[in-house]
Amino acid sequence: MSISPMTPGLAAGRLPKDSYAAHFSDLHPPLDAHEAQVAADRCYFCHDAPCMTACPTSIDVPLFIRQILTGTPEAAAKTIFDQNILGGMCARVCPTETLCEQACVRETAEGRPVEIGRLQRYATDSLMAKNSHPFSRAAPTGKRVAVVGAGPAGLSAAHRLAMRGHDVTVFDARPKPGGLNEYGIASYKAPEGFAQKEVDWLMQIGGIAVETGRALGAGLTLEGLKAEFDAVFLAIGLAGVNALRAEGEEKENVRDAVEFIADLRQSNDLSTLPVGRDVVVIGGGMTAVDAAVQAKLLGARTVTMLYRRGRERMGASEYEQDLAASRGVRIVYNARPVRVIGNGACAEVECEYTVEENGALVSTGETFRLPADQLFKAIGQTLAGAPDGLRIEGGKIAVSATGRTSVARVWAGGDCASGGEDLTVTAVAEGRDAADDIHAKLMEG
Amino acid sequence: MADLTSDFCGIKSPNPFWLASAPPTDKEYNVRRAFEAGWGGVVWKTLGEAGPPVVNVNGPRYGAVHGADRRLLALNNIELITDRPLEVNLEEMTRVKRDYPDRALIASVMVPCTEEAWTEILPRIAETGCDGFELNFGCPHGMAERGMGSAVGQVPEYIEMVARWCKAATGLPVIVKLTPNVTNILGPAEAALRGGADAVSLINTVNSITSVDLDSFAPQPTIDGKGTHGGLCGPAVKPIALNMVAEIARNPATAGLPISGIGGVTTWRDAAEFLALGASNVQVCTAAMTYGFKVVQEMISGLGQYMDEKGFASVSDLSRKAVPNVTDWQYLNLNHVTKAVISQDDCIKCGRCYIACEDTSHQAIAMSPDRSFTVKDEDCVACNLCVNVCPVEGCITMKTLPHGAVDARTGREVGDYANWTTHPNNVMACSAE
Repeated sequence: MSISPMTPGLAAGRLPKDSYAAHFSDLHPPLDAHEAQVAADRCYFCHDAPCMTACPTSIDVPLFIRQILTGTPEAAAKTIFDQNILGGMCARVCPTETLCEQACVRETAEGRPVEIGRLQRYATDSLMAKNSHPFSRAAPTGKRVAVVGAGPAGLSAAHRLAMRGHDVTVFDARPKPGGLNEYGIASYKAPEGFAQKEVDWLMQIGGIAVETGRALGAGLTLEGLKAEFDAVFLAIGLAGVNALRAEGEEKENVRDAVEFIADLRQSNDLSTLPVGRDVVVIGGGMTAVDAAVQAKLLGARTVTMLYRRGRERMGASEYEQDLAASRGVRIVYNARPVRVIGNGACAEVECEYTVEENGALVSTGETFRLPADQLFKAIGQTLAGAPDGLRIEGGKIAVSATGRTSVARVWAGGDCASGGEDLTVTAVAEGRDAADDIHAKLMEG
Repeated sequence: MADLTSDFCGIKSPNPFWLASAPPTDKEYNVRRAFEAGWGGVVWKTLGEAGPPVVNVNGPRYGAVHGADRRLLALNNIELITDRPLEVNLEEMTRVKRDYPDRALIASVMVPCTEEAWTEILPRIAETGCDGFELNFGCPHGMAERGMGSAVGQVPEYIEMVARWCKAATGLPVIVKLTPNVTNILGPAEAALRGGADAVSLINTVNSITSVDLDSFAPQPTIDGKGTHGGLCGPAVKPIALNMVAEIARNPATAGLPISGIGGVTTWRDAAEFLALGASNVQVCTAAMTYGFKVVQEMISGLGQYMDEKGFASVSDLSRKAVPNVTDWQYLNLNHVTKAVISQDDCIKCGRCYIACEDTSHQAIAMSPDRSFTVKDEDCVACNLCVNVCPVEGCITMKTLPHGAVDARTGREVGDYANWTTHPNNVMACSAE
C-alpha cells in the first residue's frame, strides 16, 4: 500500500510529489508595480504616523510608501534599511497585523489597513533585486567588535558596526548564519532561500567576518572575546526549550517544534521528511502555528493545537490563528496535556480542560484524549549557555535601553536579552541600537 | 420619476444629456449606439468645408492625467475636426435623424471666417434634418492656426460677425460654442448674443500639456519626438467650466441666454451642478470616452432620483437654482463667523489637519500626546484647509457662530450682515466696481 495521509505513525511522502512545492510556496505573493501603486495610494501620509510609532524599528512608513507611489521603490528601500537592515525579512515575517498595520488609521476608518508589510516587501525586493547595497563604510576606526550569534540582532548590530567603520567578527553555533530567519520560521514565509540571500546582501557592506560552528562554551569564552575585541555583543537567542511537565514526555516522536521547523527549513526534499498521521502541537505562539501548519502541509491527516488558555490570550495573532484554521488545523483552547500515552512511541495524549480564574489557570479535572503519533512542544524557549558573571533578570540577560549588560564592554540584544517582544523586528532594533551605543562608547577615546 | 425632457432653445430631447461634438459623435455607427444607450441628443462632430477633408496626425492623439489607480482625471487631444468627407457625414446624419426623430441632432460646424463659407454650408447641412447648429469657436489647436476655432472664439467681434451670418443663413437655432482660453468669458458670450445666437455652449477644451516624458523629454502625446499643446477636458476642467457658466448666467446682459454646460460632466451630480449654476442642459464627452455610452443610464437615474427627492418636476425647475447665490467677493458677509469643529468620534487620528494648519496656516489645531486633535478657537480663522485635507468626509465641519456670540479670535461679537463695501478698512468706502 502506498503512503498517504491515512498511513499511521510517522511517514514521509504522504502527498503526491508535486504538491510540496505548491504547499510551501510564498504565503504572500509579492505585489507587482501597479498593485503597489494602488496599495500605496491608500496611505494618508499621516503626521507623526501611528504606524511608524508602532514599528519597533521606527521605519518612516509614510515616507517610504510615498516614495513607492512616486515610482522610486529604491529610495523607499533606503528609507526602510536606514532603520532596519533586515527590512526584507521583516516585511515577510513581521506580525504586521499587531504592529504597523494595526496602528494604521485606515484600520480605524475601514477595518482594512494600508498593506504596509507587502509594500515594504515590494520596496526592499526592488532594491535587493539590483544586488546593490545602499550603504558604505565610514573611515576605519581600528576597533574590533565580536558579535556572538548571527541571528537578526547579531546581523543588525554587525551591519551597523561595520557601517560605522569598525571591524566585526560574527560567531554562530550553527552551520549557516541567519538564526531564527534561517532555522526558526515557517518555510512559506521566506521561500527560495531568502534568509541566506539577505545575509549575503547585508554582508556587502564589508568589514564583517563570519565564523560558523563557533558557540560560547565550545571554544569561545566571554573572557577570551573581551581580551581579543574592543567590545562584545551577545545575541545568542534562546537555545533551551521548556519542558512539558507531563508524564511520558520522553516517549519517542515527542520533540521540540523548533527542531522540527529547523529540519524542515533545511530539507532539500520535503517529501523525505517524516510527519505523523495525527499531530498534536502544544502551545499557542507563532512557533506553534508554524509547526502545526507545516505539519498539515506535509500531509498529516489531523493537526491539533492545544493551548491552555483562551483564544484572546494566545501569543499567535488572530491572523496567524486564522491562517492555521484555513489550512485545516484545529485549535483547542483551554486545555493542557497531562500524559503522553504510548508503548515506546507516543500514540495518544491525555488532556485536561482548564479555566482561567482571576488570571490563574485552574484544572477542571475533566479529561479527553487526542490521537497523537507525533507531538510537538512549542511552549517557549529559555536562555541557555549564557556566560557566567552576567546579571540575569527574569530568565534573560539584563540590559539597559541601549543593550549594555552588567559587564563592561559587553552588550546584549535580541531574544536572549531582557526587554521587548521576541520578534525578528525587535531583535533588529536592539542590535542596531546596541551597535550605535557601542560605537559611541568606543569613540569616546 | 421627474420629467427629464428637455427643451433647449427650441430643440427638444427626451433628456438633457447630449454627447458633445467629439470622436464619439464622428460617425453613424457610434451615434446609433449612443441613441440606443439612451442619450438625449448628440452634437455631431464638427463638419468642415466640402472638398478634401482635414488630416489628423497618425501618431497618438491623446494625452492623459491619471490618478494612482489609472483613473482618468483629464484627457487632452490634438485631434482636428472630422477627417471624413462632408458628404459621408451628411448622408449618415440624414439616416440617423430619420431613424431617431425624437432625439436632438445638432451639427457642429467650422469653416473659414468668410460669409460665403458659412452661408453656403449651413442650408446644405440643414437638409439632413438636423435640429440646429453649434458653431465651433473653441477648438484650441490645429484649426486655430488656420484662423478657425479658438482663433475666432478669442475675438468677440468675429464671434458676433459669424453668428450674424449664420442666423441670416438658417432658421434653425444657432448655438455658439465658446473657448475657455480667454481672460473673461463674458466678452465672447455677449458677442454671441449681439450676433443673434440662440444659445451658447461651454467650455471647449483648455490649452494644455498633460505631461512630459522624462526619458525622451517630449510632451505627451509625442509625435516622432515632438509634442504640442492640446485641449484639456474631463473631470479636471469642471471647476473652470462651472465658473464660466456661472459668470454668463449671472451677468445681467447674458442672463437670458440659454447655456449648454460642458466640461467634465461625469456623473448625474456634475450635471445637476451645471444645471443649478445656469445651464439648461449638459454635453458629455470624456465620461463616454472613458466608460462607454452606458454611463448615461446612471446620469438619467441619478438626476431623476435627485429631482424627485427635491421636488423638481422638470429640468427647468432645477436650472439656475444656484445662480442667485453666486456673487462677488465684496458682497460676502464679513460678519459671518465660523470655526472648525473636529468630531472626535469620526476622527481616525491621521494628523493631517494638524500638520497642514501647523506648517502652512494658523497653528490653530492642538495635538495631544494621545493623538486627539482639537481646534483652538482663538487662533482659527476658519480657512477650511483642515476640512479639505481631512480624509474622513464630515469629520471636520464649520460651525457658524450665532449672532451675538463672541469670536474667541477677535474678541468681537458676531454682528449683522456687513460687507467690504462698507467696511471701515475700505478707504474707498464704496464698491470696488
